[in-house]
Amino acid sequence: MSEVYPQSELTIWTHYSRAAALFAVDPAGLHGVVLRSRPGPVRDCWLAQLHELLPVDSPWRRMPVQVGDERLLGGLDLSATLRSGRPVAERGLLAECHGGVLLVAMAERLEVESAVRLGAVMDRGVVVLERGGLSRRLPARLGIVALDEGIDDETVPTALADRCAIHLNLEQIPVSELGPPVSDREAVAAARVRLGDVRIGAELIEVLCRAAIAFGIESLRPAILSIRVARSAAALAGRCEVSEADIAVAAQLVFGSRATALPETQEDQLPEPESEPERGESAPESQHSQPGDDDFDSTENPAPQALDDRVLEATRAAIPPQLLQQLRYPDPGRSAVRSSARSAARRRPARRGRRVGTRPGDPASGARLNLVETLRVAAPWQRVRRARSEATGNTGNAAVRLRREDFRVNRYQQRAATTTVFAVDASGSAALHRLAEAKGAVELLLAESYQRRDQVALVSFRGLRADLLLAPTRSLVRAKRSLAELPGGGGTPLAAGIRLALDVALGILRKGETPVVILLTDGRANVALDGKGDRQQADRDAHEAARELLVQGITTLLVDTSPRPRPAAQQLAASLGAGYLALPHADAERLTGAARSVLTEQRARCAV
Amino acid sequence: MLNKFDSSTDHQGFSAGTAAGNARNESTGHATNGKRARKREPASGAKKSSTGRQAVAATRPEFPFSAIVGQAEMKLALLCAAVDPGLGGVLIFGHRGTGKSTVVRSLAALLPPIRVVAGCPYNCDPEAPSAKCEFCREDSGTTRPNSRQVRVPVVDLPLGATEDRIVGALDLERALIAGEKAYEPGLLARANRGFLYIDEVNLLEDHLVDLLLDVAASGENVVEREGLSVRHPARFVLIGSGNPEEGELRPQLLDRYGLSVEVTTPTDIETRMEVVKRRDAYDQDPVGFVSSWKNRDARLRSQIKQARQRLPSITVPESTLRRATELCLSLGCDGLRGELTLIRAARALAGLEKDDRVNDSHLRRIAPATLRHRLRRDPLDEAGSSTRVERAIAELFDS
Repeated sequence: MSEVYPQSELTIWTHYSRAAALFAVDPAGLHGVVLRSRPGPVRDCWLAQLHELLPVDSPWRRMPVQVGDERLLGGLDLSATLRSGRPVAERGLLAECHGGVLLVAMAERLEVESAVRLGAVMDRGVVVLERGGLSRRLPARLGIVALDEGIDDETVPTALADRCAIHLNLEQIPVSELGPPVSDREAVAAARVRLGDVRIGAELIEVLCRAAIAFGIESLRPAILSIRVARSAAALAGRCEVSEADIAVAAQLVFGSRATALPETQEDQLPEPESEPERGESAPESQHSQPGDDDFDSTENPAPQALDDRVLEATRAAIPPQLLQQLRYPDPGRSAVRSSARSAARRRPARRGRRVGTRPGDPASGARLNLVETLRVAAPWQRVRRARSEATGNTGNAAVRLRREDFRVNRYQQRAATTTVFAVDASGSAALHRLAEAKGAVELLLAESYQRRDQVALVSFRGLRADLLLAPTRSLVRAKRSLAELPGGGGTPLAAGIRLALDVALGILRKGETPVVILLTDGRANVALDGKGDRQQADRDAHEAARELLVQGITTLLVDTSPRPRPAAQQLAASLGAGYLALPHADAERLTGAARSVLTEQRARCAV
Repeated sequence: MLNKFDSSTDHQGFSAGTAAGNARNESTGHATNGKRARKREPASGAKKSSTGRQAVAATRPEFPFSAIVGQAEMKLALLCAAVDPGLGGVLIFGHRGTGKSTVVRSLAALLPPIRVVAGCPYNCDPEAPSAKCEFCREDSGTTRPNSRQVRVPVVDLPLGATEDRIVGALDLERALIAGEKAYEPGLLARANRGFLYIDEVNLLEDHLVDLLLDVAASGENVVEREGLSVRHPARFVLIGSGNPEEGELRPQLLDRYGLSVEVTTPTDIETRMEVVKRRDAYDQDPVGFVSSWKNRDARLRSQIKQARQRLPSITVPESTLRRATELCLSLGCDGLRGELTLIRAARALAGLEKDDRVNDSHLRRIAPATLRHRLRRDPLDEAGSSTRVERAIAELFDS
């Protein structure tokens, strides 16, 4: 294998370039690649290399993120149907890509609905089309390249990401590092032929399974996909037997960026952190640790070290630096934020006035006529109607015979969804009590929100900072999990809390949805933004943050939680331009009621 | 133990594969349509011939049911529904990649085949042609209808399916070519006497969900659209699966399912390795793999058959009935539905285990699946509904 992967030249780029070659060998088997990168020369170069490695005639299509079912899955080809007088199916993007690769642009903005459609096709290699009077099975064995341009916690929906074997992060690669492909079209073609004959020993499968567990990867898919990557690697290297080097490569590519834990055995080998890692933001600028470098020279001289350890070590080297930092010094608050925020990104259905289909209806009643759908419905009837009208002696010469029942009008998602952001003061002695209340309110609101499709988020602030405990979600399951462990006590970093709530609210606005902030506090800030316990500065910061919220026009309700309401909270409410509610002995029910009335108000305002 | 009938070397499949064979199972549904089958060939006018179409559709058999590792409750629920289709469907909720779709799709090959009236688009039973079926009504009066043996239809309701294909609509081809107004049956017709499977059911559009519930409850599909007026039998076991992280199911819909199971990814290493190895073996040689599990599937099949025969004679003692009532009361399940389903499911389980009377053990094992989705939601109770049912069972049976 050394002729394929010359060890001396292994840079991050060669590692990624090799991933392209492995994917090119078996796009449908590996299902896909998640390519995290902004658009730019690095991504273009990677895609160009991949394209070069695929067979000349293999389909290569790009899917826009807002693709409709008609284009994605296929349907009735109206013009061809009318022309030929028989139903003609129009193949969708997925069927067109059979045997090739589909690029999903801006995959981080993909809706769950689209992602699961892709997932179903990836699983089965067939588009099952039951649409517009057509019933078809169209082959669609294809690989997907999900172009993930997300920033921060925006990620590709799990339905898609979980199925994609390889996850690459091109963001940190300098243009200067770009190099030629590690393979060529002929080698890939030969590997494709060989692929079916590649064997893998049971003990190697076990190593991969153990590695997946060691890195805390819960889903079983990555383990299965890693076997396929290993087979590709063997085939590309011209072998019919998967080697230890192959599984190391597979583990790197499949497990590296999915890790949620580090193998315990590695802990003691890690270098000591230079600084107190408490805030987690002091990520060393070590940049990429060049995964290939230290991985498996061992294949040349079988080291006494167990194979397991070598695979673990290789994989660890492939974990992106920030992620590695996070895994090494887990900070419960922080990691909870991360994982929940990530999962929140999964559920992001388009909201505002998106057309979601058509229904029979009368355009006269104010609904928007969908002409194409109307014609589509009318098309098959033309002969029947012509015959009938001729029989009745009515020989009108209309080109298209339309009836009232043909009319199709657009259906829109009725209303922008509302997300309630609870910002809860978890400081001091009353914290636990207050949090329990907020928790109850969050769950009550959620329980009501099935049909409204509303969401809830929860920010808590205490000690030195604010945490996003629950990213916007509609899922009671996830809410319960996130709310299970709620820390309390410490100072009151009110400004930090308001700022975080503001950030969350702005994120919601960006998605085209409506945020409502409900702030539960006694208004007595004592930790300033810089983390110092300066009461006056803390107060100034809080009011400043509040004004930002006001400027953004975000509806806010301040719930004063102090046992004896004081002016501090009322003043803050004024800065926020917020409603004020004193709730000294609040309970979850009353809080929910208050939230509900603010929401109703907000909704009324939106409807205008 | 939970799965007496199901050897401990049972298993779990996994849906990440590139399985392509569903078309084959479904084709059993409409192959019975004789002349109709022809119509489903691709329209010749479609752009670019679809190369390799046959290869995709025909060869790959589904992952065998008995080769699925673990997931005992999911398999138990499906088997109970297979023994007594009147149980009212199964809802499977769980994490990604736990083999939800794999297990459902494996049913078609597992279940005893059925006899259908040849040419009937609704798979009518030749012994008891439905009076609601137009096709069979026309034919009746003559002698016994010709019949043929087919696999139990397991029909996938694919995402993005439109209403006209679900309920059936105007036959496009006949309308365009012959200028005739004719009804072309949809997925509901194909699913009659079998299973209708909706993956990602929580993402299905609301109006389609309502429609399906309506048909599932009445056992009949009434089409009044586009100048067509048709009704036909549509009795099927509704199976839905989904991932709760992607959104909850409407409570009204939850209650309509007879059984619900929660599946999780196995955490112990041995089980995980077994899943991965079997999946890999299947990927490499689907046909060989399936045939190596044929005998186990056959054993299960005869178990199901016997259970169905035994079902009418299985008795439920008074004390067991009382237990069921107590359990439902203590959990605050709304309505009688939970209780009735609990008894019914326990009978199916007793049948599978070759018992002649339902006992506490049956009740106890099937109770979580029958009740966990019927609990009144208590947002302030931290425990999940499964835990609450387990707790109530322990209190009732162990005291």
